[in-house]
Amino acid sequence: MSVAVKENLRSLKRRARAPQAATELMRGARILCESLVCEGVDTVFGYPGGAVLHIYDELTNFKDRITHVLCRHEQGAVHMAEGYAKATGKVGVALVTSGPGATNAVTGIANAFMDSTPLVVITGQVPRHMIGSDAFQEADIVGITRPCTKYNYLVRNVNDLAGIIKEAFHIAASGRPGPVLIDIPKDVTAEMAAFDYSDDVFLPGYEPGTKGDIDQVELAVEKILKARRPILYVGGGIIHSNAFDEVLEFAERLSLPVTPTLMGLGCFPSGHKLSLGMLGMHGTYWANMAISESDLIIAIGVRFDDRVTGALNKFAVHAEVIHVDIDSSSIDKNRRVQVPITGDAKSVVNQMLDLLPADACAASDDRLAEWWKQIEEWKEYSPLTYKNSDQVIKPQYLVEELRRLTNGDAIIATDVGQHQMWLAQYYGFSGPRQSLTSGGLGTMGFGFPAALGAQMAFPDRQVIAFVGDGGFQMTAQELATAVQYQANVKIIVMNNNFLGMVRQWQEIFYSGNYSHVNMQWVPDFVKLAEAYGVLGLRATRPDQLESVLRRGLSAVGVVLMEILVDEEENVYPMVPAGAGLKEMVLG
Amino acid sequence: MKHTLSIMVENRFGELSRIVGLFSARGYNIESLTVAETLNPTVSRITLVTSGDDQTVEKIRKQVEKQVRVLNVLNMTGFKHIQREMALINVKAEAGAARQEALSLVNIFRAKVVDVSNDGIIIEATGDWSKVSALIELLRPIGIREIVRTGAVAIGRLSEEQYSDDSIQYAAGGGQ
Repeated sequence: MSVAVKENLRSLKRRARAPQAATELMRGARILCESLVCEGVDTVFGYPGGAVLHIYDELTNFKDRITHVLCRHEQGAVHMAEGYAKATGKVGVALVTSGPGATNAVTGIANAFMDSTPLVVITGQVPRHMIGSDAFQEADIVGITRPCTKYNYLVRNVNDLAGIIKEAFHIAASGRPGPVLIDIPKDVTAEMAAFDYSDDVFLPGYEPGTKGDIDQVELAVEKILKARRPILYVGGGIIHSNAFDEVLEFAERLSLPVTPTLMGLGCFPSGHKLSLGMLGMHGTYWANMAISESDLIIAIGVRFDDRVTGALNKFAVHAEVIHVDIDSSSIDKNRRVQVPITGDAKSVVNQMLDLLPADACAASDDRLAEWWKQIEEWKEYSPLTYKNSDQVIKPQYLVEELRRLTNGDAIIATDVGQHQMWLAQYYGFSGPRQSLTSGGLGTMGFGFPAALGAQMAFPDRQVIAFVGDGGFQMTAQELATAVQYQANVKIIVMNNNFLGMVRQWQEIFYSGNYSHVNMQWVPDFVKLAEAYGVLGLRATRPDQLESVLRRGLSAVGVVLMEILVDEEENVYPMVPAGAGLKEMVLG
Repeated sequence: MKHTLSIMVENRFGELSRIVGLFSARGYNIESLTVAETLNPTVSRITLVTSGDDQTVEKIRKQVEKQVRVLNVLNMTGFKHIQREMALINVKAEAGAARQEALSLVNIFRAKVVDVSNDGIIIEATGDWSKVSALIELLRPIGIREIVRTGAVAIGRLSEEQYSDDSIQYAAGGGQ
């Protein structure tokens, strides 16, 4: 235990609620709004209801400072807050009512928890005296979300409200970020109290790490300078800690091959000569071969997820592992680690950079020449490729065209499934906070609202929801939200008339027994767009694709582009579930 | 193998549930659980016995330790410590040979008789898990009506010097 915790423990005992200076009394609802302003919140995604009536009443007094975005479903509200948070790096805020409002938000909260997205979700609750009485629209949302929040609160006293909000924002944004839920009973929002936001956050047991242990960092550098087949395996942690420049410099000075995870897309420029592309289940052949044959894995801001490693007992069997992560419980969880370093990615990479000798660059070029030659051979043996067609639009071609027309600079949000993997393989994100995807939980319906949230934060950027026909129908009602707030978001529905990834698995692992993956009936997406008063376009043949994309991407306002693609195209390469990375099916 | 975790947590609404939920959500077993406040009433100590190999238990320990309100988690199995459990045992033993046999076991195990009636006695026994279990096994042939066992509590065997060490500050019950 550190000295800081020891000190904290002592003051915890001494600490008594200091009487506050007498100031103006205000109701809890206003304390909430004032607190949000203090946190710099400019946008709240929400949906009203009985338990949050006082809060909604108060919001109109704050309309110059807080924009409230009225969503069409609470799941959409939380995904929008996630998109906003992922694109900006700020804490996203969602506000929903009790009972069904809160339970509808759970998918978004669980999604944010798995992908370490900083959120504060405010839920209304029935009045305190009714809690536990099975009251109308009562749900124990604190109990329900305990396993899928970084922390959560039930506010039991209006005097605690401001302090809880301050703590919640601190917890959500610091360390490994995550969602924090604050459940506020209706009567607390009506009760009067003084507003004081000056108290420091006091969390004696919470130490979001910063720098790495210097002995371990030295050991890591020593191993890196000796390794003959090293690989840098990077993920979402790089993006959270804004370590893009540091990782780039680190990789360049050591000529390290770099492979990002799905959550790490854009944390290293994909067109860079050191980038091997994404690894894992649908990663590139050469990235998977390189990590499998490596002698040293430098893992930063990653968690050795099963979609990355495949069968753990076959994963990189000759490699030693240096693992840098801000969450020490991620280290040694799935893979034994020789050099564990708990710390913030940016700080630790800077520590390592400081230790590199001046001639590291030239020495690495020599030492790794053979390794790079091998990697190039793998790349030549099985490049990322597909057979294009002039009859039917290949989904990979769609992504390549999208890349060409947006220069790889768009912010693109996806759901989960085939479209997500093709985008990851072929789009080539150039920078961080461009790829907004549901990685851990794999949530259909995430992409469109997430894109909308990002567009609210960046009205002038090209923001695209790249979704499938299945996922889009899960949150398509947010079209109304997009129109109401005049968002400029572009929606590309990649329609293959199937729940494509499930169909692919049924084809490969269930002898083509397609069980309930053909939706058989989907709406006319162009007419659906028109019903919401937005431009709808459709491309059915390859020769129509460019003009539809050009017109759709450049039009002002919301545009829905339905692109009919090859129905039974599969995502390759593919590592079957339970197999080792080297047992890829190349297609 | 059994491991005893000593968890110091801020004494707040919902924290026990959060920690217990973590065990079930991640598929770890809880064999026993004891919770009470420490010298510092704002801090609770949870003594939790779980099982698994060292590596698995270390994963659990880290998962618990990262919780926002958890101050510290120590795997007591790696330290010199004293561990105790208590059991209240209602034994069917009428006056005569059966009661004499029960009383002699009470004596040998340094347990106590806390209630006596015409047809039985209630025994209070303390000790580590294996001692309490051994007593129960020996009483079983005499006739046990009911057993109530507590979870384990554990305290480190530390010197004054060690108590002033940061790394075992936990043992002071949250600081003086």
